[in-house]
Amino acid sequence: MTSMAPAGDFRSSYRADTTIFPTRGSRYAMFTGVLILCAAPLVFGRYELGLLITIGFSAIAALGLNILVGFTGQISIGHAAFFGFGAFSSALLVEHHIPVPLAIWGAGLMTALVGLVFGAPAARLKGLYLAIATLAAQFILEDFFARARWFSGGVAGRVTEPYELFGLRFDREETYFYIVLAHVVVMFVAAANLMRTRDGRALVAVRDHYLSAEMMGINLAYYRTLSFGIAAFYAGVAGALYAHYLLFVSVEAFNILYSIQFLAMVIIGGLGSILGSMMGAAFMVLLPEIVQAGADLLSGGAIDRALRLGASISFLREMAIGAAIILFLIFEPDGLAHRWKMIRAYWKLYPFSH
Amino acid sequence: MDATLLFQLVLNGLIVGALYGVVAMSFVLIYKASQVVNFAQGEFLLVGAWVCWWLLTTWQLPFWAGFLVTLAFMTAFGVLLQVIVLRPLIGEPVISVIMATVGLSIFFQALMKWMFGVFAQPFPPIFAAERMRVLGLEVQTVYLASLVVSALIMLGFWWFFTYSKHGLAMRATAFDQQVAQSLGVSVPRVFAMSWAISAVVSAVAGVVVGVVNGVSSALSFYGIKVFPAVILGGLDSIVGAVLGGLIVGVLENLAQYVDAEWLNWGNMYQIAPFYALILILLIKPYGLFGTRNIERV
Repeated sequence: MTSMAPAGDFRSSYRADTTIFPTRGSRYAMFTGVLILCAAPLVFGRYELGLLITIGFSAIAALGLNILVGFTGQISIGHAAFFGFGAFSSALLVEHHIPVPLAIWGAGLMTALVGLVFGAPAARLKGLYLAIATLAAQFILEDFFARARWFSGGVAGRVTEPYELFGLRFDREETYFYIVLAHVVVMFVAAANLMRTRDGRALVAVRDHYLSAEMMGINLAYYRTLSFGIAAFYAGVAGALYAHYLLFVSVEAFNILYSIQFLAMVIIGGLGSILGSMMGAAFMVLLPEIVQAGADLLSGGAIDRALRLGASISFLREMAIGAAIILFLIFEPDGLAHRWKMIRAYWKLYPFSH
Repeated sequence: MDATLLFQLVLNGLIVGALYGVVAMSFVLIYKASQVVNFAQGEFLLVGAWVCWWLLTTWQLPFWAGFLVTLAFMTAFGVLLQVIVLRPLIGEPVISVIMATVGLSIFFQALMKWMFGVFAQPFPPIFAAERMRVLGLEVQTVYLASLVVSALIMLGFWWFFTYSKHGLAMRATAFDQQVAQSLGVSVPRVFAMSWAISAVVSAVAGVVVGVVNGVSSALSFYGIKVFPAVILGGLDSIVGAVLGGLIVGVLENLAQYVDAEWLNWGNMYQIAPFYALILILLIKPYGLFGTRNIERV
């Protein structure tokens, strides 16, 4: 990928090259962005806040998958199963009288362990074979959820407690939003920092050329399995946040379509881009809303009656997901993050764009 | 377990397995020719079966005519998919190509539900006699027909790849694209042809399953069941695909029996092949007949 840095932005030391924020402007932009988001509950209604919360935990899960797919070059078609495992684990921990704030991280760790187990084949497999192995993991875990009543409550599902910290209950959209925002910030900063360490660079090296990476002393099996563990950890935390938002977890939510949606977030956002995971998540969460709005716009008209739009809105949403994946792959394979960089570069270089 | 029941289970497994084998074969065909792992294979069955059903019920065509129109439609469908969606992605990383076929799979699954509804629809009866006697066993005619159709398709594949000019061109392309091209084989045409053949063959399997069980979105699950079969046989072996399909068919029937008698875990029919898949990947990742990928630096 070519660098989009404008002329004059030279890095003259390793420290400058590995900094989180390349320029002072980008640092301020990030802080202001978070501050503006803090004001969201004052402006938006409950429905919009619900969407923002969904974007938040989806972005965490998508970021985990991006570390696996975008940074390490592995493939996983079973991310929703890990997400679900996190949701159930957190509910299970809360039932054993562990406070919710701890249970969320505990669920992340438990999911990471499961991720390591299913990542073990990843040490040997690549590409297609790995894709198929994780597909099997998806079905096996789904079957496990449906069967293990002590873990998931079986077909009936599992009820859990709202988030509580220092005697405060975060059980409404307006308050829970801040919890999700805090987790999003922590997880994104952690990921950005991970990519600056030796381990993070090792993951990228495994992706770029695994034989060269091995020659340079990087233990392939270790890092491939590790990236599965990290991805599962992120999925677990995201799943736990989901569980304490809805306060009810049931098996059907974590099917293969949901896994594919996570993959779509990563691809649409941009493989190997941390900010892209956020954009992809926002896109995929808002896409059904756009489809719904479009159908509402046409409702009552001749088109609506001929095509039965209102009754089949869920199929239209699924079709939109499929179409979005294909169109992005054909027309913008580097994702929204790349498009965003291009737009910024265009304005920076405005009169002299060549 | 008594012998008749075992025999019945194995026979059922072989009948279903032969269909898995056919679908797996058409999956391997695409993979061999164009190195694309097609996650939308099940949707070929789905689209083919629904189109045929629609022609037979809404347009009241006789079976042979509806069937032929379906085959013509699927040929165009396969070629169009390859040209519009897959051709721009040549040279992109594996994940992009996989995701494109996954996107196709979601899209067509939802489209079929939108157009034809979510309920299973029975085919109009095709055979005059419901049951037949073969070797003293009572067999449903459709099952027998499905076995015959599968065998015919397999024979057809064998003939196509051994004797026909296009089949040889396809094998040459799978062996080495550059060499094939320099010998006058049009590689883009081979790619398009492989998708067309795969779509047609899968649609035949789809129609057969539709006649037996009715047409519903459950058909697309055949596309997922293909993976244990092809991994067992090796991703790039057509013989392996057939064998893998038969083994998976027998395995899931036996697993269901074992589950119902002793384990009571439920749903083993669906899940057992995936346990087998993980085991195979750990022990013999290139399958029974797959090419070992040796890398030199």
